[in-house]
Amino acid sequence: MSMKLSLFEKRILAVSVVFAIFLSLPTPALGMHIMEGYLPIEYCVIWGVICIPFMVMGVIRLRKLSQDNPRILILLAMSGAFIFVISSLKIPSVTGSCSHMTGTGLSAVLFGPGITSILGLIVLIFQATLLAHGGLTSLGANAFSMAIAGPIIAWTLYRGFVMLRVNKLLAIGIAAALGDLLTYCVTSFQLALAYPSEVGGIMASALKFLAVFAPTQVPLAIVEGILTVLIIIGMQSFAAKEFKGTSFNFQEARQS
Amino acid sequence: MKNNKALVIVLIVLAVVIVFAPLFIIGTDGGNIEYAGTDGQGGGVIAEIQGVEEEEVEPWFTPIMETLIGGELPGEMESLLFSIQTGIGVGILAYCFGYLVARKKYNLGTDAGSPSAQ
Repeated sequence: MSMKLSLFEKRILAVSVVFAIFLSLPTPALGMHIMEGYLPIEYCVIWGVICIPFMVMGVIRLRKLSQDNPRILILLAMSGAFIFVISSLKIPSVTGSCSHMTGTGLSAVLFGPGITSILGLIVLIFQATLLAHGGLTSLGANAFSMAIAGPIIAWTLYRGFVMLRVNKLLAIGIAAALGDLLTYCVTSFQLALAYPSEVGGIMASALKFLAVFAPTQVPLAIVEGILTVLIIIGMQSFAAKEFKGTSFNFQEARQS
Repeated sequence: MKNNKALVIVLIVLAVVIVFAPLFIIGTDGGNIEYAGTDGQGGGVIAEIQGVEEEEVEPWFTPIMETLIGGELPGEMESLLFSIQTGIGVGILAYCFGYLVARKKYNLGTDAGSPSAQ
């Protein structure tokens, strides 16, 4: 069963693995949408190094998933594409500024934070090199906030909600929204660590960055929650068989 | 699926309203509100915390793209690149959903269906 990979699946597997290995080899001394060159180099390196174990776990899980359940790769491709779409849309907010969503909640709930970290990293690299958005130097810090911290929160919240018997669609919506919001909190904290305020230190500084990010991000986080629920409904309706194999139904998977 | 239909419609409407409401609520104030990206505003806050002008905060690394083309990416080009990113993503999503919808409709893949079974 595990050897019967189709050419299409083999290709996806090879591309994802090569991509992931290639990207996790060099120390990603680079951060979530902290701008290029704004984060002092020692912080760039530290955040990059912190990301490595998560990325490695992501590669291992990705390989296992592709071997155990190659059919599910179509949902993985869709989750990756979802991040691509969502993170490319700049959305206005009542604060008079724009921001964009992360889109990582979906794949975090379906595949876990490890695999999500790889997907997020791919998007961040695309944006950093081609769009001058985020940055290569801040890639490590940005990867930690968007591809690791956000997904872990979304994944944890979703599991928590479901165990509390909250409706699954509601649970994933809230989890995705809060994961998005937290991504920006982490970004604020990362900037604050590097630029502590003279008066009040890191916390005062973090609040200042939050004051810029948070009001804009709250409505966006809600939109992200809604879009995540929509695509989940789509997957449930049209890919029910593949969908059963995702972590969305983690409880049933454990019992069987 | 049927009871989802109403939910889907409500959610889509809600999302559209939230996204575009700001434009109508606060408008552009005669062009004064530019809807600048918050990512870019980070630099301003850094300057404020350090007590210097925004221009004095020196990024120590220039984006590769800006180095290559010798300056900032023009706004229109940037939106082009962002559209390409959206396009790639939507393309993959549409392809997959198209495949899944057709498979369900024609009842393919009940036993051996896989993304490559076409």
